[in-house]
Order: sequence, then structure tokens, then C-alpha cells
Amino acid sequence: MRRDSGVDLYTQGLDSLGKDCLRDEAEESGTFEQRFQTRVDAEEKIEPKDWMPEAYRRTLIRQISQHAHSEIVGMLPEGNWITRAPSLLRKTILIAKVQDEGGHGAYLYSATETLGVSRDELIGQLLEGKAKYSSIFNYPTPTWADVGAIGWLVDGAAIMNQVPLCRCSYGPYARAMVRICKEESFHQRQGYEIMMRLSRGTTAQKDMAQQALNRWWWPSLMMFGPSDAESKHSAQSMRWKIKRFSNDELRQKFVDYTVPQAEFLGLTIPDPDLRRDEAAQHYRFGTIDWNEFEQVLKGHGPCNRERLEARRRAHDEGRWVRDAAIAHAAKQAARKNSRAA
Amino acid sequence: MMPHCAYVLRIADTSLILAQRLGEWVGHAPAIEEDLGLANVSLDLLGQARMLLSYAGELEGRGRSEDDLAYLREESEFLNATLVEQPNGDFGQTVVRQFLVDAWQLELYEQLLESKDPRLAEIAAKAVKETRYHLRYSAGWLVRLGDGTDESHARVQDALTRLWPLTGELFSTDEVDREIAQAGIGPAAEALLPGWSARVAAVFAEARLAAPVMSPFSWHGKQGRHSEHLGFVLAEMQSLHRAHPGATW
Repeated sequence: MRRDSGVDLYTQGLDSLGKDCLRDEAEESGTFEQRFQTRVDAEEKIEPKDWMPEAYRRTLIRQISQHAHSEIVGMLPEGNWITRAPSLLRKTILIAKVQDEGGHGAYLYSATETLGVSRDELIGQLLEGKAKYSSIFNYPTPTWADVGAIGWLVDGAAIMNQVPLCRCSYGPYARAMVRICKEESFHQRQGYEIMMRLSRGTTAQKDMAQQALNRWWWPSLMMFGPSDAESKHSAQSMRWKIKRFSNDELRQKFVDYTVPQAEFLGLTIPDPDLRRDEAAQHYRFGTIDWNEFEQVLKGHGPCNRERLEARRRAHDEGRWVRDAAIAHAAKQAARKNSRAA
Repeated sequence: MMPHCAYVLRIADTSLILAQRLGEWVGHAPAIEEDLGLANVSLDLLGQARMLLSYAGELEGRGRSEDDLAYLREESEFLNATLVEQPNGDFGQTVVRQFLVDAWQLELYEQLLESKDPRLAEIAAKAVKETRYHLRYSAGWLVRLGDGTDESHARVQDALTRLWPLTGELFSTDEVDREIAQAGIGPAAEALLPGWSARVAAVFAEARLAAPVMSPFSWHGKQGRHSEHLGFVLAEMQSLHRAHPGATW
């Protein structure tokens, strides 16, 4: 149960109790684990200083930091259009949106820090290519309509995933998600509004909207992750109430929501197998290309390299700035001390 | 163009082009907090630009909207100060540019609170609050960088040397400024110099930076004569809008 980073509050506490207690650690942790699960089952929130199984902590660190990385990398594809947004209103909305994503990243890194990992360490993992982020951001945004499609589909899919996380068993994550989901739903509406304008616009604009839907539809469905049968982490996360619905359930819900929205726009979903199943009250969709999903995940997507390079460049070129801020703060502190002496 | 409209456009375009430049940073800043901070300043400036452009359109009386003015004017019709169209460079250069402009805008907006033009006074009342925050942000960073490490000091001192000659334009009064000042609409450009100099000098002292000597050449962006950079800024900013004439977004 001990962790290398030396920040495990539980085992640190045991250290101070002496060796007799350590002997009972395995037995004790079994009891702790039962108590933990009872609390989770009773829908109590687990807080940073509470005992938690090491695997629960690690799962949360992985999931929340991946989420944070996704927000930060996700600033890039849409940020690509800030300087070219086609009206000043759209530019304003887009900057505010990309800024929100940065805010979500900062917020989520803080939530991860409550689990004993620093933001610097997590960002280091991202830049070294060791940490994952949502593969969707490895697709390019060649047109303005891609900004609309991301808001509508990608943020729409994110909301499906994230609303249940507001009830996640881990308190800091659940609370962060309440705010994040409010902003995401605003983004989703803005994205849909862009698509609405385009699909009611000129022939070229309509075409732009359709092409963007064609590009983002399947990757959006992939955002929910592998199907339940293939998903490694699902069952345990459900028991821990980190996850509330299966990948396939959420994906189906997304499709059911989104197909009528596409119809309202007069756009065609790029799936010849898509049909309404009246009996089940669902839209049935075609087979997802999981090979593409795997390839993008492994780093072979269209923009994996560019996205990481952009993050690394920002980090490297910003180093002297961060160093200067630290040096200035140290000098200030020294001046204050010498004045006080 | 009547001086009143030209005057409003000068202020509007300066905010717009600076907002555009800051927008280039979003997602690429040295830390997440700076992504958020630069985006905030960019959004405020964009907000100011939109109010001022709409007003300039009304003064012009040809039915042009904020977007018509932002997206469909040529380079020589833009009346922003040449300083704001300069490239971002490194974060230090962006901070120096921002600081010099923030200190100038604060003087300007404070004096515009007394404008006989109620619309301008109203816009200034909102902008002055935002600009105080911008100045706090840029001055804070200027001090951090100037005082921080040898490298950061050298970088911002170099940026200051590079950008300083472009500040002369901010305080050179021309025919438009004279008419505006006479009508009580706004201060003469030179009237902003004492307050600006005092603010700037105080922060330079704290940042251990030396103000370069003013060079004699003055730029004339506010008369539509720009550096080589504005053309590229506009080419990028206007490209999509111009590719679809008459479309709405």
C-alpha cells in the first residue's frame, strides 16, 4: 500500500504509530476498505484526507489529470481560429470559450493535487508523452465550421460523460465538475448556434457545416471509449461510483440526443446504417472504426505530433518567464526579511 | 472623414489590433494563468473596440457596422497606433508593449471621463476600470521580469529599446487631435504625456529598467501610415470574412 512519492497520508500516519501497528496494516486496510466501500455505497463524498484504496487514488489521478490535459490540449484546435473568427462577436465568444477551457484545466489540476501529485509533475508527464489526453483533439480544424462542430458534438459528448461526474464519489472532482458542466453546456449551445448560422447561410457555408459534421461525427462517438466489453477500467470505476453509466449507454444517449439536432440543421449524419428503432426508442448506428481509434490513441492521429509540440514549445519558451517570476519572488522575500532584521 | 469619427476610430482600432495580437497567445502562454490573463485583457479590449467601432459607424453615418469597419477596411484606413501592431515577440516583448499601451490608455480614458461627448464618456467609464486591471497585470509582469533573472532583465530591456521609439506617436498632436481638444471631446495627445511619463517611470524604477532616449522619427499609424506588420495582421483577421461577401456568421 505504500507509495514511492511519500505523500500517502494513511501510511504516513501509520509510521508515526510504530511498528506494532504496521504489522496489522494488511488486516487494517481490509477493514478500511470495507468502510470506504460502505461510505461510497451510501453516496457519501470521499474527501482528500479520508482513507482511500491506493487503486482508487491512482484511478482518480489518471482520470482527472487526463481530463485536465484534454482541456489544455483542447485549447489548441479551437484557438487556431481566434485570429480568423469571422465576426467580432464570434471572436469574443471563441476567446472566452478557449479561456474557459484553460480555466477548467487549472481547476482540474488543482483537484488532482488534492490526491498528492503536483501540477508540474502532471504537466511533465504530458509533455514527455507519458500521459494521455482525449484523442479527439488530435484532429485538425481546417475551417470555421470545425469550431462549431467541436462545440456542438465534442462538447456535447463531453457533457454526456461529465454530468454524471458531478455525482462522483470523490468530493473535489465532483464539485469541480458542477462548474465545468455549466460552462460546457454553454459552449455546446454556442457551437450549435454556429452550426445553425452556417446551415441557414450561403451554399458555401452549408457545405462547410456538412463537411465539418462529416469530420467530427465518428471521432465524437469514439470519445465515449471502447465498448463495455472492451473497457478495462469500467467495472471497478462503477463500484467506486467514479463512473455511473457504461460507455455504450452514454454513447447511445448522445446519438439519441444529437440525431434530431442534425435533422433540425438539415445536415446529414455520415452513417448509412443510421436508422430509428421505434420499438426501442433509439437511433441505431453503424460500426465504429476502432482501428482508427487505436491508431490515434497510439499517436498516429493527424495532429498528435503538432499538439504536443505546441504544448512543449509553450512550456520551453515560457521557462525563462517562470524562472524570472520565482527569482523575483525570492528577491522580494529576501528584501522583506532584511528590512525586518 | 470628420475629425470626431477619425478620433473614435483611432481609439477603437488601437484596442482592436492589440486584442487581435493578444489573441495569438491564447493556448501558447508561459503558464495556464497567463493564458487566462492574456485572454482576459484581449476580451476587454475587444469589447472596447466593438463599442467604439459601432459608435464610429454611427458618427460616419454610412450605415457601417462594427464588422464592416473591422473586416472590410483597407490597411491605410486603420487608424491604430503603430505600437499595437508590432509582433508579440517573446512574452517579455508582449508585456512591454502591453504596459506602454495600458499606461497610455489609462491616461486617455481617465481624461475622456470629462468628455463633452456623452457616448465617449460612457465608454471611458467602463474602459477605465478594465484598463486599471490591465495596467496592474502588465506592470506586475514588467517588474517580475525586469527584477527577476539576468536573462529576463536583458530580454525586457531589449524589448523596451525596440518598442520605445513607437511611443512618440501616442503624444504627437495633429490636426484631428487639435479639433477634438478644442471641441472638448478629448484631450490633445500631448496632454497625456506628463501623466504617462510619471506612471511609466515609477514602474521602470521598480523593474530596474532604463527608459531609452526618444528617437526623433515618429510613426503615423493614427493617420493610416503603418509599419510592415499591420498588413499581415489584417490579412489573417479579415481572410474568412472577406472570402464570403455578405454572409452572416
